[in-house]
Formats: sequence, structure tokens, C-alpha cells
Amino acid sequence: MSKNPQLGTIEELNEMARQIRRDIINMLLIAKTGHSGGPLGTADIFTALYFNLLNVDNENPYADDRDYVYLSIGHIAPVWYATLARRGYIPIEELKTLRKVNGRLQGHPAPFKTHGVPGVELASGSLGQGLSIAVGTALGLRLDKKPNKVICINGDGELQEGQIWEAVMTAAHHKTDNLIMIVDKNDCQIDNRVQKVMNLDPMADKFRAFNWEVMEMDGHNMQNILDTVNKAKNFKGKPIVIIANTKMGRGVSFMEDDYRWHGMPPNEEQGKIALTELAPTKFGDFV
Amino acid sequence: MKFNFDNPELKETRQAFADALIKLGSENPDVVVLGGDVSGSVKTNVFRDAFPDRFFSVGIAEQDMIGTAAGLAVAGKIPIASAYGEFATGRPFDQIRQSVAYSQMNVKICASHCGISVGPDGATHQSLEDVGLMRLLPHMTVLTPCDYNQTYKAIMKCVETKGPFYVRFYRDKTPNFTDPNEEYEIGKAQILKEGKDVTLVASGLLVWEALKAAEVLEKDGISVKVINIHTIKPIDVDALVKAAEETNLVITCEDHQKQSGLYGAVAEVLSLHRPTQMDYVAVEDTFGESGTMEELMRKYKINDEEIIRKVKKHLKK
Repeated sequence: MSKNPQLGTIEELNEMARQIRRDIINMLLIAKTGHSGGPLGTADIFTALYFNLLNVDNENPYADDRDYVYLSIGHIAPVWYATLARRGYIPIEELKTLRKVNGRLQGHPAPFKTHGVPGVELASGSLGQGLSIAVGTALGLRLDKKPNKVICINGDGELQEGQIWEAVMTAAHHKTDNLIMIVDKNDCQIDNRVQKVMNLDPMADKFRAFNWEVMEMDGHNMQNILDTVNKAKNFKGKPIVIIANTKMGRGVSFMEDDYRWHGMPPNEEQGKIALTELAPTKFGDFV
Repeated sequence: MKFNFDNPELKETRQAFADALIKLGSENPDVVVLGGDVSGSVKTNVFRDAFPDRFFSVGIAEQDMIGTAAGLAVAGKIPIASAYGEFATGRPFDQIRQSVAYSQMNVKICASHCGISVGPDGATHQSLEDVGLMRLLPHMTVLTPCDYNQTYKAIMKCVETKGPFYVRFYRDKTPNFTDPNEEYEIGKAQILKEGKDVTLVASGLLVWEALKAAEVLEKDGISVKVINIHTIKPIDVDALVKAAEETNLVITCEDHQKQSGLYGAVAEVLSLHRPTQMDYVAVEDTFGESGTMEELMRKYKINDEEIIRKVKKHLKK
């Protein structure tokens, strides 16, 4: 696989998303540590981005014309690693090394030059920092009159960090319309439902009041994801936020929409049930 | 080297920053500057007016400023983020740690109004912990130039050298006494004076105080070596060990908390490589207060008089 391998059909993309979910479960079973809920909940979005929407090249991960991806919620790294592996950035077998010493698959992503994996631009894990970085890159690209897009993936609970709103102001002030922020809105964070810990609704109104263009999508409907992100890529004049309505733990019945799966890996028995529910695909497992 | 102690030329180090920015802006189109509202104070307004396309205002938002700088660095720019010392380091410490130092981004944090120099503004604005904070971070280079000439060179060097940098300078006019033609080498201590009885290892504002103290001490028959540590990280181990071997007494001089700054850095080196009698002239684990720079240097015992007192305490004859 090299530059822009498009998975042509919705069926193929959905099958890849299911494989990435299987990879996440297998990674966590081997690591016995890590986050289940967020990675499973964003597998459809990551698949759509890397197998259809983005201009990226696994053989030249830092090419000048690449689209930039920032994962501000570093704790959902397993979905990024599985996607990068399926997309050819790293060997698929390397997924066995999640959170292991001397490995590149750090618990929270590290950039390539700091013992991380190719495709990662900058470290994340301490929450709330990704959007500022995305705005900076968007400003730099615009200065050079380059057409690259910048994608920043944030969580809904993460919007409780004050720095996010500093960056929301900066993006709007500078009208960075080459920036697309995707908020994984699953109403779950480690302690409880987001609404219980620190309510963020009405979320869309908040962004609109800050002069952002707001779009919403069903984060598990592949066609809807493709259509919405493509629309966002062509939007001009303001930064764009896509509020992606998702279910944490999507695809595994006993994890779905349950905040307690934010930071837990499945045990062996739970893993078996999960892998039964997520049927095998033509792409094959790494274990 | 001869110094004009009676009537030194006085110049703002922050003006050196501004002058270097204009030079860099015209020479290198990748240099960009971030403004956190205090651009008039830290003098980035001169860059803003000369190169408006390459100046990005982020408002009063230092955490966002550091992140935006890191993102600009990913896009191939050489971002210079500037604020008062405390707000450039303490406020956004975690952003610097993750998005700049750990990520090894080519971001230059250039802080004005450092140490006690912001005087009348009081303790909230006096950065007496910034060197410690920045020195603590892997991959970070920490520069503490001592006057206008050296600040200008430090800014030029940090931009031409890849990697995260912290450069510390001041608001008020201070003596400008180093040779403008002398090469500035990152990590290489500047030997300002040779001597046999004691070495004064100074940085920033206290370098001039150390030179003044040395002048007085020499008249009392004490032979003083003076080293300017303009790079606190990576520190010049060889120069410090050599000085310790030559003089057997080392006193550090800085406008910073005694813990974690220059004193800590030098003690780390000498305790390992050449255990030596040491002492310090630094802020005694306390916060500052309002007053002029000179008043506060006297009250908090970070001036030439205190250096002389400390030296004589150890070299009673």
C-alpha cells in the first residue's frame, strides 16, 4: 500500500473499520493495559480518514503535501496505531508491542523522532493541547499558500480544558478554514457521563458563538462521515468543527455507551466475546 | 578585558531581542513571531510592524501561544514565542513539556522581564523559577545572556540552531560590556577574568555584579576568576572543573531562586567531577516584592556587595 489507497466502497470501509476494532481488542488483550472505549468508538472515523479522505502517504509519512493529523486525545492511541498499521505505516505485527518497553507504540503517542511511530507529528496525552498545535500548522500552511488540510481529533470531555477555548478563539480570529476539528462526542469520560462531570451542551452553540462553522455527523455511518468531512474540506472562511456523535465502545455490546470502559482493557473472557461479536474480516488478524 | 565601571554604556537587553528579530525577519522568511498581547513590552511589536504576515496574535493565552508555536514548527516555520519570564515558562509549563521539549519542536521561547528586573510590578511578575523549570526539561537549551551584545547574539544563535530553546533577558537598561565581535558559542562558558583564590560563576544580570565585586576584591589582594555562564544547559563542564581546580572555591551568582538555577546546575557538575567548596549569591527561597531593580537586588542580596561579603566569609585572612 502506498499513497492514497482508496477503499472504494462503503462495504469495504466498514469491513476495514471492523478489522481495526478487532485489532484494538487483540492489542489490548496482549498489552493487558490501555483504553478500550474511545478507540472502538472512533474506528469508523479513523478508517474514513486514512482509507479515503486524507492525502497521506505511508511510504513518505512526512511529505510536504501531506494532510496533517493531530490526535489531541492521545489516550485513544490504539485506534491510531491499528489504522496506521493497516495503512502500511508500521508492520502489522508491531501492534503486539503496544505499551511495551523498547517499543514505539507508546501508551500515548510520541512523534517518530522521539521513539514514536511514523505518521505522528507531535506528542499528545496531556489533554487540551492538540487544537493549538493544529491552528499553528494551519497558519503556517496558509502563510506558504499550501492547500494541505489539518485535522484535529478531540474528545468531548477534553473540551473542559481551558486551552481548547483559547485555541478556538485563535482559530476563529485568524479564520483558519484549512483546519477541521472533529469532536468525538460520546458523552463519556473516565469518571462518568460528560453531562454529569462538567456539562458542555449546547456544544454546537458554543462553537457558533465563537465564530466557527459547525457540522454534525453520525460517527458510525460511513457515508455520512465521508460526506460531512468532504463538505468541511471545501468550506471557506471559518474554521470548521464536526461534532461526531458516537458511542464509546462501539461494536462490543457490553462496552457500548458505558463510561467505565474509558480506560480499561478487556480480560481474556471479555476479549473472546468481543471478537465473536466483531466478526473476522477478509483482511485477517495480526495474531 | 577592561571594563568601564564608572560609566558603563546602558542598554536594554529586550532591545537586542527586537533588533535581532528585525535582522532575522529580513534574512529568513521562515521566522515567525507569536504575540501574547504584551508585544509592546517585550518588543515584538517591531517585528509585527515590519512583517505583519508573519506575526500571529493569540491574545492573552500563553498556553495556546506555546501550542500554536509548536504547530507552526511542524509546518516548517521557526516560531518565536515571547512573554514575561514567568508567563512564558510557569504558566504554560506542561505545554512546553509535551508539545515542545518531548516533541523536540524547533520552538524558541524568548522571555523578557525576567528575574527581579520587572521590579515595581512585584512578586507575581518576577520570574525567579524560570531557569529551573526550563533546565529541568530534556532537549531544552537554556541561554541566559548578560547584556545587550550577548542577547543579540543569543537570539541569532538560537534561531540558527535546531531544537527547543529558552532565552532569558530583561526589561531595564543594564550595562553593555561584552565584546560585540566575540564569537558566541552555545554551551561554552565565557571567561571574563582569570584569578587564583576564588571563581565567581555568574549568569545574566549578575555577571556585571561579579565583575564589579572582582574589581573591589582584587584591591583587597584577593585574586578572582570570573566566568559568565550564558548557557545554563548544556553547561560547560570542562570550564567549571578547570576553575574549581584552579581556585578551590566557587561562588555562583544569579537573579533566580538558589534552588534549581545556576547554583544547582554548577553544584551538580562539581559534586560529581570535582567536589569543591561552594557558596551562592541568589534569591533565598522566597518571593520578591515591588521596588526598583537596584533596591530589590540590594534587599534580596543579589548584588556586588553580597558577592564581596560571601567571598570574604570564605577567605578570611
